[in-house]
This record gives sequence, structure tokens and C-alpha cells, in this order.
Amino acid sequence: MLNKSLSKKRKGFEVLMKALMLLSVGLTVALVLFLLIYVLGQGVPNITWELLSTKPSYLTERIGILPDILNTVYIVLATLLIVLPLGVGAAIYLTEYASNNKLVGIIEYAAETLSGIPSIIYGLVGMLLFSNSMGTCLMAGALTLVIMNLPTIMRTTQESLKTVPQSYREGAFGLGAGKWRVVRTVVLPGCVDGVITGCILSVGRILGESAALLFTAGFAHAVNGIIDGLAAPGATLTVALYVYAKEQGEFGVAFAIAAILMVLTVLINFAAALVQKHFAKRRSL
Amino acid sequence: MSIIFVKDMCLWYGDHQALKNVNIEIPEKSITAFIGPSGCGKSTFLKTLNRMNDLIPGVKITGDICYEGTDIFSKEVDVNNLRKEIGMVFQKPNPFPMSIYDNVAYGPRTHGITNRVQLDEIVERALRDAAIWDEVKDRLKKNALGMSGGQQQRLCIARALAVEPKVLLMDEPTSALDPISTSRIEELVMELKEKYTIVMVTHNMQQAVRVSDYTAFFLLGELVEFGKTDDVFSQPREKRTEDYITGRFG
Ligand SMILES: Nc1ncnc2c1ncn2[C@@H]1O[C@H](COP(=O)(O)OP(=O)(O)O)[C@@H](O)[C@H]1O
Ligand SMILES: [Mg+2]
Repeated sequence: MLNKSLSKKRKGFEVLMKALMLLSVGLTVALVLFLLIYVLGQGVPNITWELLSTKPSYLTERIGILPDILNTVYIVLATLLIVLPLGVGAAIYLTEYASNNKLVGIIEYAAETLSGIPSIIYGLVGMLLFSNSMGTCLMAGALTLVIMNLPTIMRTTQESLKTVPQSYREGAFGLGAGKWRVVRTVVLPGCVDGVITGCILSVGRILGESAALLFTAGFAHAVNGIIDGLAAPGATLTVALYVYAKEQGEFGVAFAIAAILMVLTVLINFAAALVQKHFAKRRSL
Repeated sequence: MSIIFVKDMCLWYGDHQALKNVNIEIPEKSITAFIGPSGCGKSTFLKTLNRMNDLIPGVKITGDICYEGTDIFSKEVDVNNLRKEIGMVFQKPNPFPMSIYDNVAYGPRTHGITNRVQLDEIVERALRDAAIWDEVKDRLKKNALGMSGGQQQRLCIARALAVEPKVLLMDEPTSALDPISTSRIEELVMELKEKYTIVMVTHNMQQAVRVSDYTAFFLLGELVEFGKTDDVFSQPREKRTEDYITGRFG
């Protein structure tokens, strides 16, 4: 008697839990789909060749986002160019050279914490550190993004350095190779995937960043070459989205940019997954 | 003639003493086997001979090791050159994830040889010496990780030979291999002693008997007995050695 009623109760509970879980899964999928369809539906019709290939003109009152696209490319390139050697170098030092484990632990913990800080704080610091000395410009924005992304690059590189088998290092040392040769020829080739993954994640973050850039890189929409561009203020796509929607009420343009960013984000996630898969395959060989 | 002299050597991993007062002379151009139950310090001692223990933090060593008349711990010794002279083959085959050719050329390139013709010669000679040339000569550009375990181990031997060492340290080189690969490596080792001094850790006493000229028996960090292999196995001086080789423990 007792057993039967208990098992009935349990069964009812299980069915209920299952239903709740299904509901939450359904809700999540529905939300993502709604967002995708809504943004693409609002944005894609507004994407025209003219929008992509011109700059805004006050005479014709037309809006073009070419400068914002270029600014985004410049800032991504500049940031990666600076953050890569710093982050990879720091990771190599920490995993291969540093002998003080306590200090390494502290640095890793600090890096972990750094990557959780709200980006607006980076913006504030970047403004004081960089924009105040070099003026509001893309380069100041890039430097701010360097600080933001340094922990990401460092940590992903470190994680993949740790997966390089110790036996490779032993083999190389056993042949009389010095530290740097071992690192360069045996360890680094084994962590390329970590570096690439870190880069892709960083590009994603840079594309999505607005708060830190509002403070440091400015809002201008001028078409420049890369050198002049970095020295001048400029809006990236995400910042431009904010400006067009919030300050100018140009929702068509804002949604067009949103659609572009959305597609880029999907592509970036896809690329990251692809890289991981590719290297996982090679590693299991 | 002995090539390595070890005098009163002790080794600690932190507080744990792994080797206690080891005294031994390794004879040149012959095969010396290290036997003993696992954990008795064979690998530790082997790795001390070319200072691979330098890589492990917290290792402390006392006593002297002389290689060809030089104290290997002295400041004048370049540890990379020491490891060039005293090469090493590991328990688990560990070829680099690169081509067969690049694996063998790794050592010579490390020591400054870049001439293509010269490298080709060295690679071929090392692969021939390691008795694997015929199997790989048509696929030198293929990734070494695609080879069988036994081939990988002979490749690792070739890689070690390519830097022209005088001594070859081998830590249970056949323990991860099948019986056929094992006997190929045993034959190879016996040929190599013409040119090289070989020190080999083995877990397998038959292997020590088959292959080695001298045997050292380790127990709990001590070198209990060292002598001609025939003597050690037929008339051991120590009771502990006798107990071990007759299978009473370990
Ligand atoms: N890296 C290490 N750190 C601390 N202790 C170690 C290390 N390597 C070996 N030991 C210890 O030293 C002793 C000897 O080990 P080892 O030389 O590997 O023995 P064997 O090769 O004879 O099996 C063991 O007690 C082992 O636990
Ligand atoms: Mg061992």
C-alpha cells in the first residue's frame, strides 16, 4: 500500500519535472529564434549596397556605414596585433619558465577576475590612461581592448600549453636542446589551436564591445586609411548602432547593423567550433 | 675502462630520499642493466646521469658523478652538451608530432647542422643504425605518429643516435612494446654496444640476462649489488639479490 502510493507520487513528480524542463528548453529555443528572426527581419531589408559602401552625408541626408565597417576592421587588427604577442608571451612565461607556483597562481586568479569586470570600467580606465594623453581615437580604444582581452588570450594559450605532452619536452631536452628551442619547436606548435581560439573569442568580444569604446574611441564616421584611422576618433559598428538608434532615431540603419553583427557572431562561433574540432582530430592521431 | 664514475651519490625529492650512497663505475662499450622492484630509484638514477632531473623542481643531489673525467655538476659543464654526449630513450616512445625525417634531424639541427646534404647523411645513418631504415626510407616525410609503437621506439633510438652520443640511457625501452618489437630492440641494443656505452633499466630479468654484460641491482634507493651479469645471476654475493632474482619479492 504504502509503496504503491509512494511510487505513484514519485512518478507524478518525475512527469512534472520533465514537463518543466521541456518548457524551459522550449522557451530558450523560442527566444533565440524570435531574436534572430526579428532582428534579421527588421535589418536585412535595410541592408543595401549603398549603405555598405558610402559614408553618411549631411547634404543628401543619406546614411552609409562604410566608415564604421573600416573602423571595426582597424580596431580588431590593431588590438590583435598588440594583444597577441603580449598574451602569448605571458602564457609561455607562466607555464614554461616561471618557477614560483604561488605567484603563477595569483596571476592566473587575477586574470580570471579581470575577465569578469564590467567593460564600462575598462572604458573609464582607458579614458584616463590613453584618451587623456593621446586624444580620443581608435588607437586609444584598441589599447583599452588590449587590456580587456589580454586575460582571454593568456588563459586560452596557457590551457593549450598545458595539453602539450610533457614527453615531448623531455624528448627535446634529452637531445640537448635549450629551453627556448624546446619552446619554439615543440611546445608552441602544439598550442596554435589555443592561440587561434583565443583570437576568435577576442574578435567576438571586440565586435560586441560598446561601453569601453564610447569613452575612448569616439563616434566619428570618417573614411580613413588604417594609419590615419587609428589616430582619429571613430565609431565601430556596435558604437554606430548605439548612436544611430539612441541619438538619431535611425532604427532602420540600427537594425541593419544589428543584423550584420548577428551574422558575424554566428560565423565567429562557427569558426571557433571548427578550429576546436580540427585540432581535436589532429591531437587524437 | 669505465666512462662514468659515481661516488657517494644521494638524491632527494623534497624530503623524500630516493637514492642512498650510490657508488658505481659504468664500463665503456658494454651494456649495463639496472634491475630492481619498481620505485627503487632506477629511473631516478638513470636520469641523474645526464641531468634530466634538473627539470624537476625540488631535487637535491649530493656526491660526485664524473663523465670522462669531468664532474657533470661543475659550473663549466654545459648541460645541453652533456645531454648530447649522453643521450636518452624513454619508456614510452615519444616521437615529436612531425615527420620521420624531422624527428631524426631534430638533434643535429639543435646542435647547429643546417646543411641539407649533411643532414640527409646523418638521418640515413641513424635510421640504419637503429635498424629501421628499410621500413621508413620511402616515407621519411610522413608524420612519425602514424608508425607502430615498436617502430616509434626504434625511431626514438635513431633520433638519439643522430647526435652521436657516446652513452645511451634507456629507461625500460621495451616495456610498452609487444614481444616481437621487444626482441628486435634487444638485438639492436646488442649491436649498438660495438659503438656506444648502453645503460638500460629493465623490469624483466630474462631481458637483463639475455642482453646485458653487467647488472646493477637496486633496492629501496640503494645499489645492493653490481657485477658481471653472469656472476650476479649465478652466484649473487648478497642475500637480498638472491631473494629478488629467485622471485621471492618484487
Ligand atoms: N618527480 C618525482 N617527485 C617526487 N618523487 C618522485 C619523483 N619521481 C620518482 N619519485 C619517487 O622516487 C622513488 C624512485 O622512483 P623511480 O626512480 O621512478 O623508481 P623506478 O624507476 O625504480 O621504478 C619512488 O619512491 C618515487 O615515488
Ligand atoms: Mg622507472
